[in-house]
Amino acid sequence: MTPPDYEYLRKLLKDHSGLDLSADKQYLIESRLLPLSRKCGVSGIGELVQKMKGGSASIIAQVVEAMTTNETFFFRDKVPFEHFRDTIVPELLKARAGRKSIRIWCAAGSTGQEPYSLAMSLKEMGAALAGWRIEIIATDLSQEVLEKSKSGVYSQFEVQRGLPIQLLVKYFKQNGELWQISPELRGMVQHRQLNLLHDFSQLGTFDVIFCRNVLIYFDQDTKINIFGRLAKAMEGDGFLVLGAAETVVGLTDVFKPFPDKRGLYRPSGARAASLQGAAAMPKIAVMAGR
Amino acid sequence: MKTCLVVDDSSIVRKIARRILEELDFQITEAEDGEQALEACKSAMPTAVLLDWNMPVMDGYEFLGHLRRLPGGDAPKVVFCTTENGMDHISRALHAGANEYIMKPFDKDIVAAKFQEVGLVALPE
Ligand SMILES: C[S@@+](CC[C@H](N)C(=O)[O-])C[C@H]1O[C@@H](n2cnc3c(N)ncnc32)[C@H](O)[C@@H]1O
Repeated sequence: MTPPDYEYLRKLLKDHSGLDLSADKQYLIESRLLPLSRKCGVSGIGELVQKMKGGSASIIAQVVEAMTTNETFFFRDKVPFEHFRDTIVPELLKARAGRKSIRIWCAAGSTGQEPYSLAMSLKEMGAALAGWRIEIIATDLSQEVLEKSKSGVYSQFEVQRGLPIQLLVKYFKQNGELWQISPELRGMVQHRQLNLLHDFSQLGTFDVIFCRNVLIYFDQDTKINIFGRLAKAMEGDGFLVLGAAETVVGLTDVFKPFPDKRGLYRPSGARAASLQGAAAMPKIAVMAGR
Repeated sequence: MKTCLVVDDSSIVRKIARRILEELDFQITEAEDGEQALEACKSAMPTAVLLDWNMPVMDGYEFLGHLRRLPGGDAPKVVFCTTENGMDHISRALHAGANEYIMKPFDKDIVAAKFQEVGLVALPE
């Protein structure tokens, strides 16, 4: 890959998905885009870049999707789901006793393991939630992972990573080597394509936001901008859950860590400087020409 | 020391399982069928049993029934590891007192995940 092609791709990815590649990630681009070039019937990355420069929106979208990392599994890291069951839901049962509804957003839901883990957790709480209206909205940049998430179909390998066998038996139906989560659980999760770089205020306000293992790919300004907008999309007493390698500390004061619960944050009520910048459409999205 | 009894009639499977479980800090003993496994449990109850289903002499399902009736036999965490991948087999195993269930083929990630599930392997930090 020529250095100008690499620079072109780096900038394009940063503008379109936030992916912040350092100067030495040629191998990563090659490992993801060579298979895509073959699929598109072009000779290599050079030609792919030519097509992108020619303005082929479909190729650009495919390149952006191919460069996303979609790795996920059921009940990933366990602890966040314990927070959900033992802290978040019990607190909301009290705080929302009046309106009896809870809105949950998986802001990078990938192939669905995270939203369905939440749906299963809720089902397992049983009677405590009877009569409550619970919404789970799963969004992702990639249309491909959303389709898989909607189908709720997983391989034998996928259902064996993180999913307790009792829950497999209870909530899945077997179809040869594949396992499909029950229609009831599928019905609990709504899917939408959404780029976190773009405005998401149309989704409304949430009580719980899971935004895990996606901000790690972004640079600092992008993270700060997204935190600012996440705070606006959240009830003042809501909960934010980040991935194991992510934090707000040192970046923003619109969220503060929840004492003694790793990965759990709440709005601080602070209207930090970063929020003003976040009021309009994010700068990055404008640059990307969308 | 955590101990795991690996029960499988294939020496290759036992070898692979041993390597993975030793990396997860288990001390390993092996048995080739349910009867050998039962004898091993009578002389020393392991912390965990990784258990194949189809084996000569005594199969894994029958072994599990006997194990759970031994004094102290409710203690070991039993993880099935078998090519019997149907929902009916899984349900039967759980009713008979299995704690987890691995559908073959398996790899290190799956074994680690399942032993985390039964509380014998810590989550990665
Ligand atoms: C590693 S997965 C994380 C999945 C899940 N949250 C978890 O923790 O297991 C990251 C997901 O973020 C999505 N993603 C990457 N950039 C994005 C963006 N700008 N907007 C929305 N989603 C994005 C990817 O498509 C991918 O599915």
